[in-house]
Amino acid sequence: MGRTLAEKVWEQHVVRRADGEPDLLYIDLHLIHEVTSPQAFDGLRLAGRKVRRPDLTIATEDHNVPTVLGPIADPVSKAQVETLRKNAAEFGIRLHPMGDPGQGVVHIIGPQFGLTQPGMTVVCGDSHTSTHGAFGALAFGIGTSEVEHVLATQTLPAYRPKTMAIEVSGELPFGVTAKDLILAIIAKIGTGGGQGHIVEYRGEAIRDLSMEGRMTVCNMSIEAGARAGMIAPDETTFEYLKGRRHAPSGEAWDAAVEYWKSLRTDDDAVFDTVVEIDASVLSPFVTWGTNPGQGVPLRDAIPAPGETSDPAAAQRALDYMGLSAGTPLTEIQVDTVFVGSCTNGRLEDLRAVAEVLRGRTVTARTLIVPGSMQVKADAEAEGLHEVFKAAGAEWREAGCSMCLGMNPDTLAPGERSASTSNRNFEGRQGKGGRTHLVSPAVAAASAVTGRLTAPADL
Amino acid sequence: MDAFTTHTGRAVPLRRSNVDTDQIIPAVWLKQVSRTGFEKGLFAAWREDPAFVLNDPVYEGASILVSGPDFGTGSSREHAVWALQQYGFRAVIAARFGDIFRNNSTKMGLLPIVLPAETVEALQAAIEADPAIEVTADLAAREVRWGGESAGFEIDDYTRWRLLEGLDDIGLTLRHADDVQAYENGRQRWLPTTV
Repeated sequence: MGRTLAEKVWEQHVVRRADGEPDLLYIDLHLIHEVTSPQAFDGLRLAGRKVRRPDLTIATEDHNVPTVLGPIADPVSKAQVETLRKNAAEFGIRLHPMGDPGQGVVHIIGPQFGLTQPGMTVVCGDSHTSTHGAFGALAFGIGTSEVEHVLATQTLPAYRPKTMAIEVSGELPFGVTAKDLILAIIAKIGTGGGQGHIVEYRGEAIRDLSMEGRMTVCNMSIEAGARAGMIAPDETTFEYLKGRRHAPSGEAWDAAVEYWKSLRTDDDAVFDTVVEIDASVLSPFVTWGTNPGQGVPLRDAIPAPGETSDPAAAQRALDYMGLSAGTPLTEIQVDTVFVGSCTNGRLEDLRAVAEVLRGRTVTARTLIVPGSMQVKADAEAEGLHEVFKAAGAEWREAGCSMCLGMNPDTLAPGERSASTSNRNFEGRQGKGGRTHLVSPAVAAASAVTGRLTAPADL
Repeated sequence: MDAFTTHTGRAVPLRRSNVDTDQIIPAVWLKQVSRTGFEKGLFAAWREDPAFVLNDPVYEGASILVSGPDFGTGSSREHAVWALQQYGFRAVIAARFGDIFRNNSTKMGLLPIVLPAETVEALQAAIEADPAIEVTADLAAREVRWGGESAGFEIDDYTRWRLLEGLDDIGLTLRHADDVQAYENGRQRWLPTTV
């Protein structure tokens, strides 16, 4: 019987297999940031252990960093960033600190440097590590104990999850984006739908996506409960990688591409679970509740709790969000619009926002936060920042920013946002804040009208 | 890691689904660089509500959390496990767990127990009827017991052994350093390094 993409990559990384034990998997790339690593480095020091492969490890500062120029004002955030700097220096790990041209959100810089490649295993102490699966890598988030384990051994013990195919047939209609697609998938299978699985996104609509769109889809696999999401590499992948700083070159490139082309699910392979989605019927999608599965098409109204799969949770979410069943989504007023994050902080996302904002003015507070310093430079080279500023939006420095509000960019209690990030949990963007997850284009249109709006309705 | 063999204590019913790790420990608490002091941040936002179940004095000192389904979804923050343990919880029972949270728990010796939704519901009802009822989480027997009732749960042999013995994963892996070296010697030469 044939094998799935996930099975091929898994098997390629088994260091040791023994009856009744988890496989010991080799890790090709370990990404580090300031929040989930300090206790891991402390653990190494306590046990007198070293980092086995600093040359397969890279660190950046992203979660805590302010997005306005200047030092970190919060002494606790500052201490955490300084701890990462000390640890990186002590253990010999490459670090891209604030202000460095290579700095940015950890899941944006890996692909940008060409460090994320097909068939690799990639881990990070961050659940959105699934982003890197867009390249056909097996990439998943880990906790701090596992961060320490990878630092010490460059391996992880793990049981192979089940496999799930999400087959997306048809073409996405004009104006419907990768973000709308993944929000629709999560609404269909639920926040626990992918638990215990590695998802492979397949089908025409997936193949038609750009690398950046594929990263948006894989990024939110965890919101559907799956630790990892993957897409088979193809010409789009190779085109993206070619010429990047850490991509192979010359003969090595040819050898790599030959191998990468084998990284596809065999025709006779069998998935444990199959989900089918018709892309052609989708439209801009938004969330109304406090988990990412509580989403509907923007043109719809808020469902009655009794019509949902979990009425008690829906009622609780409506109470928190200050909303009532039956209200059309397009009547919901927003105070703040956030564009950015590892979900939607890349150049194409900023282009989509600029396209909507060009010649228009925002009526809500609008933060546009590039995912990395490189994204910022690229956007400015195209003049996108001028469009944002002319529209009245704030153009910021790179970081995670309002996706999780660990830096000063937060919502006030009761404040409502349209956000291109990945989680609408209670208090995620600031205590008492209310979050609606949207695509970059919907975020921009909502910034113009001050209520949830599709660009087509401007 | 602390060993977990069997634990008996009072329990607290948390009748909510999708308890994400942002609720278990809000992001502002993640700025700490130590491993201690997280109990103050456990469910910090929800605990501001006097009606929240953890504020009910009848459940004070409870050491087993019995939650609705999809407990520990979202962020990979292991701080969620540390917060639960430091507050005094030894085990969490739910019908479903977020994969990363469940994995993190087994690394730290917090026992995640999966029971069918209707069994969780029955256990929650039993606790609400008598908050003093003692619940036993028996890892050796793979069984939860309360008030004359019992329910078996599944956990793989390897994880169970590690928890029963309180073994450190890193120490176990380092025994296989030769295998890691052999694997490394055979890696493709085009694979990237960060240098």
